[in-house]
Amino acid sequence: MKVVVCVKQVPDTKGGVKFNPDGTLDRAAMLTIMNPDDKAGLEAALRLKDQYGAEVTVVTMGLPKAEEVLREALAMGADKGILVTDRVLGGADTWATSQTLAGAIRNLDYDLIITGRQAIDGDTAQVGPQISEHLGIPVISYAQKIQIEGDSVIVERQYDDRYHVLKAKMPCLITALAELNEPRYMTPGGIFDAYKAEITTWGRADLKDVEDSNLGLKGSPTQIARASDKVRKGKGEKVTLDPSESVEYIMNKLKEKHVI
Amino acid sequence: MNLEEYKGVFVFAQQVDNKVSSIALELIGEGKRLAEKLETEVTAVLVGNDVKGLADELAAYGADRVIVVDDPELKEYRTEPYAHALASVINQYKPEILLVGATAIGRDLGPRVSARVHTGLTADCTSLEIGDFPINPVPGKEQKHNQLLMTRPAFGGNTIATIACPDFRPQMATVRPGVMQKLEKKEGAKAVIEEYNPGFTPDNKYVEIVEVVKNLTDTVDIMDAKILVSGGRGVGSPENFKILDDLAEAIGGTVSCSRAVVDAGWKSKDLQVGQTGKTVRPNVYFAIGISGAIQHLAGMEESDIIVAINKDETAPIFDVADYGIVGDLNKIVPMLTEQIKAAVASK
Repeated sequence: MKVVVCVKQVPDTKGGVKFNPDGTLDRAAMLTIMNPDDKAGLEAALRLKDQYGAEVTVVTMGLPKAEEVLREALAMGADKGILVTDRVLGGADTWATSQTLAGAIRNLDYDLIITGRQAIDGDTAQVGPQISEHLGIPVISYAQKIQIEGDSVIVERQYDDRYHVLKAKMPCLITALAELNEPRYMTPGGIFDAYKAEITTWGRADLKDVEDSNLGLKGSPTQIARASDKVRKGKGEKVTLDPSESVEYIMNKLKEKHVI
Repeated sequence: MNLEEYKGVFVFAQQVDNKVSSIALELIGEGKRLAEKLETEVTAVLVGNDVKGLADELAAYGADRVIVVDDPELKEYRTEPYAHALASVINQYKPEILLVGATAIGRDLGPRVSARVHTGLTADCTSLEIGDFPINPVPGKEQKHNQLLMTRPAFGGNTIATIACPDFRPQMATVRPGVMQKLEKKEGAKAVIEEYNPGFTPDNKYVEIVEVVKNLTDTVDIMDAKILVSGGRGVGSPENFKILDDLAEAIGGTVSCSRAVVDAGWKSKDLQVGQTGKTVRPNVYFAIGISGAIQHLAGMEESDIIVAINKDETAPIFDVADYGIVGDLNKIVPMLTEQIKAAVASK
């Protein structure tokens, strides 16, 4: 069984967001992490490796620096890392990104492709389903449980007020929720090996069956009209009082605003 | 692609169990507003099985036309037959704008459809306008008019980006539930109803539904609540949510929670406020023991009044709170409940 996992290196928004003086995001000043939903997807793949001996290949698209997340994935137990990087791929929206990743994955054998549901920087949740469309395979998004049964995969797919148990013939693409599992840590031996391991690097020429007109900024149907730092609601009052005074304070405010 | 051929504002009218979802009516309201600016009409696309009867409700909320795609393959939501239905409608009717709810259904359907018809899709929009692209003229670049300008938060709500899709049609957006306004219901309003079936032939992309498991909790939708009493990890234990339940009952509110609480298994997902949960804007939002990760703030900061109680005075929740109280929720909340009960009883 062969599993391809797509991961993304993202700024760690939990560690605080830093801005340049012009209001754009200062990515260089922010720590980067493997996107949490992707990490859950990787963990799901590694469990298939533990259980069925699946071969796990991790693919990322990004700047050369994104090699770091591939090494992290290898240290967790993945078998192979592929970095897709090329100047002409920059500025891609989800259409062009999914075309790029589909072009890379066409070079690989796979039974399952697992991506995270969404990345914490863009929050679009679009790239996974779009890859599946380009490859002509079924997609199951929002997976909260994954099981293999013969040549099929059985997935609990989460909705707001319910979940569906879905069965799809492989090959199939699954997008993983962070709730899917608790990702394992890198092992010391794994870290050691990962830093010696060879990372495969692919550029534009290595992408299969993708036209130039579908890649990078030029191949992106969506374009940014304006970007700005969000104007937040102004800070209100903050008080430190003993409990009964705190209650009195809240009661006064609720009465003032006619809540009670 | 001849962009001139594409006319009209279409919305995907999501239904679940043959009940129209609130987001469908919100999108019709917003679609109507955009359609008026473009001097065109709003069409609701209703996809399902035995759903034709829902068309009148869509009309009552402002749909000028309803396209009904009705087929047994569409009984429960599944990506492939729904994507086929919607993509076929696009190819047949050529809308210039297509809005889809940013729900667990729409965020699966939208990307699949946009990839199939080769157009752009902007995720999770919170504001839509008709305007020029580029917004300001750029020498040597054509400024296109009457473009859909789609605004969305990114980086967990830290930045706002406005996106256009100038060279492809339809201009597609998923729209966050609870943000756009429904129109007032006009009983008896009629829409033009058209039935359209592109034919459904199951192939490898049709997945099998083995089981549908509904959450049995019969809870109020937190998006409809006027007062939310929301708890975070700081509440300490699932048992301790009792003090929030009591406060909610006293003040006539509903209990909700942060992602940490759902991840810990204390509360179910449908009560989660935030980027990956629900966007709420109640009249009053009590944030109790919630530190206020930006993903949480993105889901509640539009609330009219925010009251935060947290023992950590540096908690980011205080940056958006109208009234912030640094203190012990275990002492404050029960006392507050008693005082509210007394105040209500004395009326």
